[in-house]
Amino acid sequence: MPSLPDMTTPNVADLAREAAQTASAHPAVPQPDAGQEAFSEMLLRLGDSTLILGHRISEWCGHSPALEEDIALANVALDLIGQTQLWLSLAGEVEGKGRSADDLAYLRDAWDFRNLLICERPNGDFGHTLMRQFLFDAWHHELLKALAASSDPRVAEIAAKAGKEVAYHLERSSDLVVRLGDGTEESHRRMQEALDDLWSYAGEMFIGDAKDAEVAARGIAPDPSSLRAAWDQTLQHVLTEATLQIPEGSFAHKGGKQGIHTEHLGYILSEMQFLQRAYPGASW
Amino acid sequence: MYAQLVKSEGMKAREEMSPEEIAFQERIDRGEKIEPKEWMPEGYRKTLIRQIGQHAHSEIVGQLPEGNWITRAPTLERKAILLAKVQDEAGHGLYLYSAAETLGVSRDELMELLHAGKMKYSSIFNYPTLTWADIGAVGWLVDGAAIMNQVPLQRTSFGPYSRAMIRICKEESFHQRQGYAIMMKMAQGTPEQKRMAQDALNRFWYPALMMFGPSDKDSVHSAQSMAWKIKINTNDELRQKFVDQTVPQAEYLGLTVPDPDLKWNEDKGGYDFSEPDWSEFFEVIAGNGPCNKDRLGARVRAWEDGAWFREGLMAHAEKQAARRAPVAAE
Repeated sequence: MPSLPDMTTPNVADLAREAAQTASAHPAVPQPDAGQEAFSEMLLRLGDSTLILGHRISEWCGHSPALEEDIALANVALDLIGQTQLWLSLAGEVEGKGRSADDLAYLRDAWDFRNLLICERPNGDFGHTLMRQFLFDAWHHELLKALAASSDPRVAEIAAKAGKEVAYHLERSSDLVVRLGDGTEESHRRMQEALDDLWSYAGEMFIGDAKDAEVAARGIAPDPSSLRAAWDQTLQHVLTEATLQIPEGSFAHKGGKQGIHTEHLGYILSEMQFLQRAYPGASW
Repeated sequence: MYAQLVKSEGMKAREEMSPEEIAFQERIDRGEKIEPKEWMPEGYRKTLIRQIGQHAHSEIVGQLPEGNWITRAPTLERKAILLAKVQDEAGHGLYLYSAAETLGVSRDELMELLHAGKMKYSSIFNYPTLTWADIGAVGWLVDGAAIMNQVPLQRTSFGPYSRAMIRICKEESFHQRQGYAIMMKMAQGTPEQKRMAQDALNRFWYPALMMFGPSDKDSVHSAQSMAWKIKINTNDELRQKFVDQTVPQAEYLGLTVPDPDLKWNEDKGGYDFSEPDWSEFFEVIAGNGPCNKDRLGARVRAWEDGAWFREGLMAHAEKQAARRAPVAAE
């Protein structure tokens, strides 16, 4: 049985320095192109956001307040999962480690996920789900319009396809936000509460970091803050018609894009990844 | 087919029929379609409402056992396929409620009857989906059994029902192939996947046979429905056809149908097979299946929790109409 370290244990810092000197004698491992890394990161941010939001809304399947809503929400979830396949495939390609879209979706832990926090927020009532969708759609629509002009033709192509789908998502979520905001007293109250509750999770969409700056400099993606004005305008227009008050606070929760999530993501992943984790390597 | 034990009025002999009823029966016998605004016997209308309503309810309750695996689907592609499938089921519900509406009953009225336990949905959806292979088995066996009944119903006498069936059948046969594709993958997969596939067949075989309803000798409502071409084949005919079609498919997968008495019968050109446990069937119909409480509970909750949503939309529509009204009056 190994004994516990005692006072004669050599200085660990010296040992580490020694080890580092030996290691540096080995040939240098090629480092990934910093620009490529930011590019694959950007693609994960897109694909993870569509995946996690698609997952959340698919939880409604069979439980919506009207048959038409079951159909429409399943349709939106389907579009988002389809977009996920495209973004994550490209992320794997750009990353260059041979990981497929499924590998990325099913075999990463939460800290490697890059989705916006708003996507993992629990569904709440149907109004909450619709408000989350509206806030996201209004941003997603602007983002895809900008990405359709990306310097990378693969990104531009996916964005053009996804943009058509998301234009419809935004039309639908705006319409319902207006009708429920300006519906009964109760529907108005629920929509206002949802907006107030989600507001601090919306700002993250517009906060950039060094990686965003890198891809923006290369013309691959817009600077996140550049999407704010158009988003504000959409909100102003729709929420006014809905007779809802835009909250005043400007505080924004952030961290999702860097892999620091809320507690909810771990549960989403443990459910989503169950089969791949329980039966490693099986083909489905 | 998602209609079982649909009550029909007693069969009338020709001499008991009114002249209108005779003319009506003759139209059906000539293969003409009956359209919503045309005269029809009250019994025909009521039987159709029960049958189409039960079918519609089955489509929407049927979203639940499959929806149970959407968040756990093993790949992005499987997830997308399953989402699309469950969405199709909701769409079928919508066509069918619309077909029922042409007979003078609203979707909300039918929903309320379902929630109050006064209308049924197919017994099959009261069984749980416990593994991913169950999603394959539901597509293969449950949609397979449904198609067996719905293909002939494309020729049913009531126009809107017949047209809904034509559309639904196209989608259902696609679903069945998708289900079988899942089973193929599982049957050719790891030992655990094969075990899941066999286990799914073991659990779904008899409930799938029950979908056709009790044996003809115990099926009291068939004769009038068949005369009206609301029902085209007997329960036993369809069950036999289903078994004959499905057994070779199971063999191809390398799976064993859980019936030791299953045997090809050369004389009848079909399989001999064991009857399902009908006492289990009647228990499930009576509310004692493994998932009855969960399924109906989920639908009632969705309806009740969504009341504010539906009321909100109605209120908005009324406000809009009121805002437009003075303009229209000028």
